[in-house]
Amino acid sequence: MDSYPTLLSFGDQGWSDEIAWGVLVTVSLALATLPVGLFIGFMVALGKQSREWTLRTAADIYTTIFRGLPELLTLFIVYYGLQIGIQLLLRLMGIDGAIEINSFLAGVVSLALVFSSYASEVFLSAFRAIPRGQYEGGYALGLRHGTVMGTIILPQLIRIALPGLGNLWMILLKDTALVSAIGLTDILRQTGIAARVTKEAFLFFGIAFLLYLVLALLSSIVLNRLEAQGKRGERV
Amino acid sequence: MSAVTGTLVEAQPAPAPPPRPWTPARIAGALLMAFWIAAAIGLVFYLYAAWDIDKVEKYGPNFLSGLWTTLSLVGVSIALGAVLSLPVAVGRMSKNPLIGRLAFAYVYIFRGTPLIAQLFLIYYGLGSFRPQLEAVGLWVFFRDAWNCALFAFTLNTAAYQAEILRGAIESVPRGQWEGAEALGLNRIQTFRKIILPQALIVALRPYGNEIILMIKGSAIVALVTVFDLMGETRRAFSRTYDFQMYIWAAVFYFAMVEALRNVWNALEARLTRHLRR
Repeated sequence: MDSYPTLLSFGDQGWSDEIAWGVLVTVSLALATLPVGLFIGFMVALGKQSREWTLRTAADIYTTIFRGLPELLTLFIVYYGLQIGIQLLLRLMGIDGAIEINSFLAGVVSLALVFSSYASEVFLSAFRAIPRGQYEGGYALGLRHGTVMGTIILPQLIRIALPGLGNLWMILLKDTALVSAIGLTDILRQTGIAARVTKEAFLFFGIAFLLYLVLALLSSIVLNRLEAQGKRGERV
Repeated sequence: MSAVTGTLVEAQPAPAPPPRPWTPARIAGALLMAFWIAAAIGLVFYLYAAWDIDKVEKYGPNFLSGLWTTLSLVGVSIALGAVLSLPVAVGRMSKNPLIGRLAFAYVYIFRGTPLIAQLFLIYYGLGSFRPQLEAVGLWVFFRDAWNCALFAFTLNTAAYQAEILRGAIESVPRGQWEGAEALGLNRIQTFRKIILPQALIVALRPYGNEIILMIKGSAIVALVTVFDLMGETRRAFSRTYDFQMYIWAAVFYFAMVEALRNVWNALEARLTRHLRR
């Protein structure tokens, strides 16, 4: 059995470089999901407060489905479902062959589905917290609908939605750990491999545990700064 | 008078409403609804076409036993977590800085890390201490994946439930404590008869959400060889390569979550009927 410093060194003997790669994958997966999820979530929130009942219902169905399924199951359905679907499509076009979906892409898609369905609720409640007078004042000044949205509503919306979105970011960061189940080399996968090879399970899973804790700590520091930034115009 | 009546126009029917324009929102709504309806019909048709009595006979009972495993795991860990959350919540509200910080650290650690990392640390990680655990006789417990999952889930949900409980208790106004004290009730009586009933109403919705989160989160035990609903699904899929297994799992989970959500809404409406205006 190797000593701990050797196990944790960078290079051929140690596992730190592999684990560092895992941290990179976890963080980039979360960062890649965030804009996609925010965009879809915002659109769904717009749909939920539309005057068309069809749009409202369609948006509600979206939220209900992706909040009702376990994240792991969504991941498997996206991962295997996309593969089978594309294979079927290719066979219809006369091309045979096994298709393997990039697990990073499957991770982004499924995490974005879950994230956006929760984010839409956060955006919706933020929209409801903005008084109607803000819209009316904008229109009274002769601004177009897009300008009212972009320069009057959105800045206030972001400030109100920030705490809720911050919570969702923490949840997203934790949910990324599930992609290790479809073979993406994130923190948990890399430490799991290290644990199996070296038989030092507690050491390496403990490291994974601490790394997630550090990521959560760093996120909460950044989020607190952002919230303070958003509140700087408020009178105490 | 009669001359005037002759020139009046007869009452006319209201003009036909102008046709509703096809705004972008209306087009998008119609398309999206068409998509969902097509998806629902497609799902029913797919499950009908894929219905295979052999597979149902072979894997149906497994699915049901998996469902039972999921429900019992979630039920027991929620109940044990509720018991454990009490001291943690009390610790969070304690004036003693040491106890307060310890409780805060517990809550922060378990809420800040993924449940799956906690589960792996307990199931695989504790294997590193097998001789020590055997010496104190705990190995029998931690050898079993179901027990490890129960242990991890209980610790995790206790952290979340402690925060729910703390938030709810702190939401009860101070005047309630003071009023009870003025009436001569002691602290335990005050807590049991005055604070807790009011706090539990506030906590009702978050508790429901926590149970739903646990039902969904419990799917990860399939990764540590527990055959819950997800585990049975994965086993059936790996033997048949039939995608309908995952669809059935989705239907089961969805039904569970929606049933609980509706029951909870009804429960909340019933318990807060005295607050409705």
